[in-house]
Amino acid sequence: MKLLETGNKISVADIPDRSYNDFRAELIDSCGGGKGARIVSLFALREGGNRLIAAVADDKAGTISVTSTLVDSTYPSLTPALPQVHLFERELFEADGLRPEGHPWLKSVRNPFATDFSRMGGDESHEVAVGPVHAGVIEPGHFRFQCYGENVEHLEISLGYQHRGIENAMVGGPDKRTVHLMETAAGDTSIGHSLAYARIFESMAGVMVPARAEALRAIALELERIANHVGDLGALAGDVGYLPTKSFCGRLRGDFLNITAELCGNRFGRNLVRPGGVAFDVSGDEALALAGRLKSLLAQADEAVELLWNTPSVLARFEHTGIVSRQDAIDVGLVGPAARACGLDMDSRSDHPTGMYRYTAIPVSTSLSGDVYARAMVRMLEYRRSARFILDTLASLPAGKTTAESKAPLASAMLAVFLVEGWRGEICHCAITSADGKFLRYKVTDPSFHNWFGLALALRGQQISDFPLCNKSFNLSYCGFDL
Amino acid sequence: MCSPFWWRSSGGSDYERYASFLNSLCDCGTIRSPVCGHHPKDEGFLFREERISLFQTYRDLFKLLHKGIVYSKSVSWLFKLAPLASLAASLIACAWLPFGGMTGLFSFTGGFLLIAYLFGAARFVTMLASLDTASAFEGMGANREALFAVFAEPALLLGFGAVIVAPGNSSLANAISVAQNTTFSDYGVVAALAAVSFFILALAENSRIPVDDPTTHLELTMIHEAMILDNSGPDLAFIEFASSLKLWFFYVLIADIILPLFHVGLVARICGTFLIVFVLAALTGIVESSMARLRLMKVPQFIGSAAAFAFIAILLKGIL
Repeated sequence: MKLLETGNKISVADIPDRSYNDFRAELIDSCGGGKGARIVSLFALREGGNRLIAAVADDKAGTISVTSTLVDSTYPSLTPALPQVHLFERELFEADGLRPEGHPWLKSVRNPFATDFSRMGGDESHEVAVGPVHAGVIEPGHFRFQCYGENVEHLEISLGYQHRGIENAMVGGPDKRTVHLMETAAGDTSIGHSLAYARIFESMAGVMVPARAEALRAIALELERIANHVGDLGALAGDVGYLPTKSFCGRLRGDFLNITAELCGNRFGRNLVRPGGVAFDVSGDEALALAGRLKSLLAQADEAVELLWNTPSVLARFEHTGIVSRQDAIDVGLVGPAARACGLDMDSRSDHPTGMYRYTAIPVSTSLSGDVYARAMVRMLEYRRSARFILDTLASLPAGKTTAESKAPLASAMLAVFLVEGWRGEICHCAITSADGKFLRYKVTDPSFHNWFGLALALRGQQISDFPLCNKSFNLSYCGFDL
Repeated sequence: MCSPFWWRSSGGSDYERYASFLNSLCDCGTIRSPVCGHHPKDEGFLFREERISLFQTYRDLFKLLHKGIVYSKSVSWLFKLAPLASLAASLIACAWLPFGGMTGLFSFTGGFLLIAYLFGAARFVTMLASLDTASAFEGMGANREALFAVFAEPALLLGFGAVIVAPGNSSLANAISVAQNTTFSDYGVVAALAAVSFFILALAENSRIPVDDPTTHLELTMIHEAMILDNSGPDLAFIEFASSLKLWFFYVLIADIILPLFHVGLVARICGTFLIVFVLAALTGIVESSMARLRLMKVPQFIGSAAAFAFIAILLKGIL
């Protein structure tokens, strides 16, 4: 394995080319058995044979390294030894036709019309099918429950209804569409994905981003986190029928989104992050006004969220519901608040800091019990810490320009990997350029890609009536997964 | 003998009987509006910024009655009959309900048993109809409804036992007229326990928090609503009206139990009934606004507590 160089990039020629056995041994050695490292991306480059490229992040050391191997159309599966790659291998099988021999569950990833659901036998079990069209304004996805009475024995999640071919559309870029594709990869994570893309671009083009732009980007990313966490805490309250928090947080989410709109004119932060910087600046007066608004909204949010922790009937629903064990979280490679709720101390903002996060550390919020309560607790801690970070940053905004000129073409034949901690967790973007500085392969891994299986695990042995609650505690993206 | 009410066992003019029944028909929606009216903001009773109209339920019913009905291809006549049957059963049950000292439209020995079974029949046809749709959600709803009925029905009968049978009466109207001759020390505790029992049943039977959340859109968590997902238009109006009647029934029943203890005149009792009903509605709103739903498997315990209250009331009646 080779560590990425400065700027999280490496020349394609320098990527180690191992035999499959060495490749496998390297990955198992670094990531297996709780060694600490994780596979953040695994994909195939089809130019010049099927080349499997794996990006491995070591959170303790704060490094990202890559390795690769050439494979035929079949190769021995890594999944039995390294369960966290199970979905990557299924993806390789579906998209690139590479068959992992010995994969325990080789099912398509984004074909919603695959009907080979695992079934529980017996006369007393029954199956409940939910979706893809749901009540409420949410995205499409199909859930198949194998139930015994009210208990869920197994949940199978079938996605892909929103597959738009974003990764393929990125090939040949960057062009005018590229940044818009990234902003819409997952609509509620516009800042997260556009920031990850901007990092890739800037690294490849050798652009130095002004400090003021980095500060504004971090503010926008944390605002996105606050809005979604507060909104989800309200939705969690709604799912247990606790109306006060639900009503207040529903409105507050909109108010937080409006602050983002004041930054850039769009509630979801579109058009804000651009390669080279940010498209909008804030004046000193605006910064003061934003800080004031934020403070008053936070006081209201704290009041509404505190109610959850002071109401026994709410706690009774949150505690011991949807437990994911710490070991399972490590094995299947959970990321973000879902992983931190299982006691895993990992956060890309502190483990792999970029931009503003190199100078200002945000404490990592963890909880231990791995249940809905823990996930709610982590979200509450995170939005509060994000808010403090924003207020600090607004009070000391660096002076200067908000965007750097970026006329330079992208470096040729280069690979770059960036991790951005979106509100759902780690967003991994991985790009490879061709000899003429165009994207040859662009791999997007939304946190939902890792975490949907975590939701399925959380539901094992739970009551089916608790599914909406568990689901909301993860609140994963459908389109971020489907791409 | 020429009166249609020759089988009555207790006093009261025909006018009173009609009045108490018409009251049920006209007011059940009014009381339901502030408690469970469909509000665009879906907020709890205490957290609404705008006042909701007392006539909201009637507006909803009016709207539904003017809509068409969509039937699934898989349903039979049973599904089409059920909403009407359940409304009819609830209407007839309300005919036994005394109101503020006025006897119900009907009243005879053991009538309260019929009430319990009429509500049971309404539940039964609704469950059959929901199974008729062959939908996984509706089957799940019917399954839960059946389970909870197992706990709710004995509680209702025990409650009737505490206020009617244990004091040595034979009908609801009879019990209330007898209770007028008692005092707080004789009957107060029994009445209070029975009222608590009926209030818990009112929450459970009318799909209120903490048992069920009628505002939810999440089919997997629904109980009663899951059974009527396929109903639309006038059919849905019948179901909504039937549930309004049921809510009214329980509230007025509680008022009927408490008020005789105060030994006041007819007008005061009618006003008192309205007052108590509104207080109960407010109480339901407060419960709804201040606590979360119970975990589904805890619901039988909650409904079971209604039976426990009623049972204690019966025991106390024997002792006092």
